[in-house]
Amino acid sequence: MLRYTVKRLGSLLASLVVASLVIFACIEVVPGDPASFMLGINAQPDTVAALRDELGLNRPPHERYVAWVSGLVTGDFGTSYTYRSPVSEIVVERLAISLPLAIYALSLTILVAFPVGILAATRRGSLTDISVMATTQLGVAIPNFWFALLMVLVFAVNLRWFSAGGFPGWDAGFLAAVKALTLPAIALALPQASILARVMRSSLLDTLSEDYIRTARAKGLTGRQALRRHALRNALIPVLTIIGLQFSFLLAGAIIIENVFFLPGLGRLVFQAISQRDLIVVESVVMILVFAVIIVNFLVDLAYAWVDPRLRSRA
Amino acid sequence: MKRIQQSAAAFALLTLAAGGAWAAKADVTIGIQLEPPHLDPTSAAAGAIDQVLYSNVFEGLTRFGPDGSVGPGLAESWEISGDGTTYTFNLRPDVKFHDGTDFEATDVVFSLDRARAEDSQNAQKALFSGIKSVEAADPTTVVVTLNSPQGNFLFNMAWGDAVIVAPESIDDIKGNPVGTGAFRFSEWKRGDSITVVRNADYWGAAPALEQATFKFISEPTAAFSAMMAGDIDAFYSYPAPENLVQFEADPRFTVLAGNTEGETILAINNKMEPFGDVRVRKAVSMAIDRQAIIDGAMFGYGTPIGTHFAPHHPDYVDLTGNAPHDPEAARALLAEAGYPDGFETTLKLPPPSYARRGGEIIAAQLREIGIETEISNLEWAQWLEQVFRGYDYGLTIVSHTEPMDIGIYARPTYYFQYDNPEFQQLISDLSVENDPARRSAMLKEAQRTISEDYVNGFLFQLALTSVVDARLNGIWPDAPTQAVDLTGVSWTE
Repeated sequence: MLRYTVKRLGSLLASLVVASLVIFACIEVVPGDPASFMLGINAQPDTVAALRDELGLNRPPHERYVAWVSGLVTGDFGTSYTYRSPVSEIVVERLAISLPLAIYALSLTILVAFPVGILAATRRGSLTDISVMATTQLGVAIPNFWFALLMVLVFAVNLRWFSAGGFPGWDAGFLAAVKALTLPAIALALPQASILARVMRSSLLDTLSEDYIRTARAKGLTGRQALRRHALRNALIPVLTIIGLQFSFLLAGAIIIENVFFLPGLGRLVFQAISQRDLIVVESVVMILVFAVIIVNFLVDLAYAWVDPRLRSRA
Repeated sequence: MKRIQQSAAAFALLTLAAGGAWAAKADVTIGIQLEPPHLDPTSAAAGAIDQVLYSNVFEGLTRFGPDGSVGPGLAESWEISGDGTTYTFNLRPDVKFHDGTDFEATDVVFSLDRARAEDSQNAQKALFSGIKSVEAADPTTVVVTLNSPQGNFLFNMAWGDAVIVAPESIDDIKGNPVGTGAFRFSEWKRGDSITVVRNADYWGAAPALEQATFKFISEPTAAFSAMMAGDIDAFYSYPAPENLVQFEADPRFTVLAGNTEGETILAINNKMEPFGDVRVRKAVSMAIDRQAIIDGAMFGYGTPIGTHFAPHHPDYVDLTGNAPHDPEAARALLAEAGYPDGFETTLKLPPPSYARRGGEIIAAQLREIGIETEISNLEWAQWLEQVFRGYDYGLTIVSHTEPMDIGIYARPTYYFQYDNPEFQQLISDLSVENDPARRSAMLKEAQRTISEDYVNGFLFQLALTSVVDARLNGIWPDAPTQAVDLTGVSWTE
């Protein structure tokens, strides 16, 4: 297990270095100057030059790359060009929404997908199975922003049970904050739960037709016991992969839902920073997201080894 | 006696009830489209900064009224020397900054010197370029000396970029603005909202509101549902004109349709062939059907213009007749200029909907007279780089939102590259002219010159449409500057 972990850690570090180079290079070639954006169309050239100087934009690229990466290593993510406050501070504020939202949505996803997927697999071909397949097909097909708008119309505009959006902050109370994240979490979870339920079902169907299940049944285990002790655990590997991907997506890719509910999350921060050419924010946030994705993948790798002992010895 | 007691009791009860009702409705939540990048109006162009802070938190020597007139602000009066170069401002006594320090003449000196300094980051530094010196004669008197007379100096001092800041607060100003206004900054939930609260020590009339929250909602559908769900009480500059009919029909809301200072133009690169030929520019102008653009792109909101000047201004001259919609005549002009089969050019569109929607319509109208346009949609940062600084475009659509900005036509390197020495002379004469009648005549002359030179396609004055709760009073319908002035806002009982 230790060697497996160390090996995974090594590839994790290499990925980070490559990612930082790619991100920096991409940002370098994007046209547009943050200083002219901030000062608008009436600014005098000397004013723009003064601001560029203050932002450190006149230094050569390699110097800025080294400064950025050495900052990252020491936990200094730089200072936002537009907000003029530390990127780390801004990111923490946004993570206070994006992270709970991702966890909330993923929990809903798992809570729905697992029982539904198992139910469908164990009753293959039944009416339950068919209706699960039909519903999840619909869940995958419906664009989640459309579903989000529908929920806003029903629950916020007509029934007024929820706000149409926004986030009161965690200091407004746990319940108020969770309530504000509920509609967005449901909107995010709908397609994810549909996908995961289908993966769960097909993966479980595969393992249920394996020889070892027949053996287990022949030894006298009931169908339920065989499912719990043997089939489920083996069926989890592809499911874990999907969950890992889903979590990364929910963390970084919720931007459309964030826009519908005007939530100040990470996705909107990146979008806004790109259009304002707040390059340091873009670089650092993307790097943090890369880091998060890599960590999640690392954890998923470890989880594989946990559910499947064969993987440990192979490494 | 008893009767008096009774009525006194009744009166007391009434005022209590009224007081209670006031207390329940002394806060307001206002939706705005964009979040300010930071909170220093004197070092960025972002209109959102002024929308939140102008005259609420920060004040200048003079200030804009709801109709765009310039009146006293922190200076209660002023004297102008006979030659027009010396302005002596008498400051209001007993004004305090929100941090408790006194507002004095030295703060004015500091603010103006900071704005015009060599390393100044003021986005409108030109406002201060005529200043020779700023001196504090005594704590309530400031003397500003100009290099030459400047007809619009008091107007310039009313801009958000010219507000008076507290010297000791400068290091923190971007996150914690300290001004003299009727509201003090309270909280900024970044990405979500900014809250200001009533300033108990305000020198002027106390505002009716105790608290106001500006919420940032850029997505049109989200703006619609937030308004409908009652999350916000007003949406200043509502982003989806297509919903306005629905709000107008709903008795819970009032739709305010007002003017802005935004002249929306089809800018023409005057130095790019074939636009150097005035006949070609005239043909482009005559190909345009302004009303079709206002109806199609702006859902009917907007006033056609024939020059670069706001129609609600007293000196405006209606010159739309210089370029009536006449494709036939436009084709003839093109043929005369040597392009009987038209030509191809680029049409570069920044993000606002007036440009994107208007661009499609204009492209179709230009096709009528044989001009093929290659449309490209740009982000603002790209637009600034390619169009504004790179001159790499044929046509583009922009709304120029600065008030009284006809002077940009006197800058030969400005992005549409109009170089007319006579016009430049006219503007420089205007800038030193103090006589109102002569100023008016010169402004009219300036409008005619650029209109008759067909410098750009003059489209329409951008409208400001806000949706407000029908019980809320005092939101400015017009935007003489980008401000949501809260000092006169109150709830109806």
